[in-house]
Amino acid sequence: MSAFRLHNTGDQVDLQTVMTILLQVLVGGLSLGVLYAIVALGYTMVYGVLQLINFAHSEVFITGGIVGYFVFHALQDSSMNGYLKLVLACLAAMIVSGALNVVIERLAYRPLRGAQRLVPLITAIGVSLILQDTLKFVVGLTGMFDLSVTLPKGFTSPLTKFAGIDITSLNLQVKDVILLVVATLMLIGLNLLVNHTRLGRAIRAVAHDRQTAGLMGIDSNRIISLTFLIGGALGGLGGVMYAMKYQALNAYSGMAPGMKAFSAAVLGGIGSIPGAMLGGIVLGWVETLLGVVSLFSALPGLHWLSYIKAEYKDLGGFLALILILFIKPTGLLGKSSTEKV
Amino acid sequence: MSLLDVQNVTKTFGGLTAVNDVTFQVPERSIISVIGPNGAGKTTFFNLITGIYTPDTGNIKLGGRELIGLRPDQVVEAGISRTFQNIRLFPSMTAEENIMLGRGVRLKSGYWDAILRSSKFKHDEQEAVDTARLMLDFVGLSKWRNELSTSLPYGDQRKLEIARALATTPKLILLDEPAAGMNPRETEDLKALIRAIRDELGVTVVLIEHDMRLVMTLSEYITVLNYGSKLSEGLPHEVRNDPAVMEAYLGRGTAAGEYGKEAQA
Repeated sequence: MSAFRLHNTGDQVDLQTVMTILLQVLVGGLSLGVLYAIVALGYTMVYGVLQLINFAHSEVFITGGIVGYFVFHALQDSSMNGYLKLVLACLAAMIVSGALNVVIERLAYRPLRGAQRLVPLITAIGVSLILQDTLKFVVGLTGMFDLSVTLPKGFTSPLTKFAGIDITSLNLQVKDVILLVVATLMLIGLNLLVNHTRLGRAIRAVAHDRQTAGLMGIDSNRIISLTFLIGGALGGLGGVMYAMKYQALNAYSGMAPGMKAFSAAVLGGIGSIPGAMLGGIVLGWVETLLGVVSLFSALPGLHWLSYIKAEYKDLGGFLALILILFIKPTGLLGKSSTEKV
Repeated sequence: MSLLDVQNVTKTFGGLTAVNDVTFQVPERSIISVIGPNGAGKTTFFNLITGIYTPDTGNIKLGGRELIGLRPDQVVEAGISRTFQNIRLFPSMTAEENIMLGRGVRLKSGYWDAILRSSKFKHDEQEAVDTARLMLDFVGLSKWRNELSTSLPYGDQRKLEIARALATTPKLILLDEPAAGMNPRETEDLKALIRAIRDELGVTVVLIEHDMRLVMTLSEYITVLNYGSKLSEGLPHEVRNDPAVMEAYLGRGTAAGEYGKEAQA
């Protein structure tokens, strides 16, 4: 975190520097948060329709990242427009991850539909492990363990101006803004889909009561497949965004962010779509803030903050989760519902 | 020819025979009631017709088309829709959205149209909105259009379920205890509504109901189930005076006689 530096002149701390750091947290946390949010949606939508925690989603997510790597790699020397390359990477990742998620549901979860809840849960963990090793094999074909992503030219350039205002101090690169814009558009699109279309109404109906939905003419298996398709595609897109943000990934990279995205879904209230979005953003902010909070130890009376090192940011995220669940067990936007039998 | 034709249908759960060799015919544009004591198998009978359960033996046909083996959503498509004994509206949706959901089965645009927002999709959404308004008007709930379904008064929630079922343009609507929990005035309104469903929309109605006054004044024909078997059937006055029916409801002896007097009064 050498990017952040606070001018400490005795007890005099530069207020403007503090504001800059907070602004960096706001923007950086938001871009991390929307990334968590689009992955969290995959967990929450599947939970909504099946009351199943799809542990394989972290692999579905990183599959998207790996597909993204291959697309960027294949087009490395092409003179194609960088944004077009990105669009292709996103489309390919969304198709592969979406299809993968549908296949997982069809083969692993649907045959267990009538079983008690623990059975598909254990299956989900099993699918996650199988996918990890499959991905390791696929990544291994490149002869490397860690893939380093070559982004199109210009994506890593620093941003200096926005609407005529100098924003060099925000420490942003073009790719951060791309991530923010793409993910936000996806969240808005999904909201429209769920709240204002027939498919969305059908998804909400199946989530509430599969049998009644069926008696209103809705083929719930079809809706469940489509939910896995949408959740998987969002996960795949998240994978490309992850690959773009960190520019390095391997077959196991899905686990940590997957876990956090899942936490974000729980934080926002599992099963709630706006909850997953809010949970992701809150988690992104908390984590980012904790990553830089030690810098404020230069402020008078806050020297103890120097003990909160950036390495503890994950811990902080999960502490926030526990704290919020302690106060509101159903999550930020979760509704308390009676257990359905 | 009868619209719904149920032939010798039997359904057992473990050792319990919930529906036993029931034959049941519903003429087109009629209002038919299925009555019987609690646990007589009435709701199971509805569940067999709507595809939730598959009968062990027997046939169910709608306008000559075999329904057995169809999923519930396919039965809706074939032309049967229903309401529920315990109200099953979607609580996160408005009254209008609940009805639009029911309309979905008659719309032609696919899910890809929805994602791509094609003109077919927009046309269908408009059609669903129009249908929802029409149906809300029909059952007299227009003022609740944008309210969450669960914030409606209880009696109106029952009517909303009927509107949602009607939005699927059924040939036959099954009403499971539509008057349950309604006060006498609401029940009168309901009676008028059920008549309008048949007379104005031309939809055939089958209802399960415990409110005997409603059943006797509304139904053209009544079937009585008891322990899963058909105990009696006939015109309202025939069923009312059938000693077997009185016995099933009230037991043997003087009580049955008392009921008979009361029912006559």
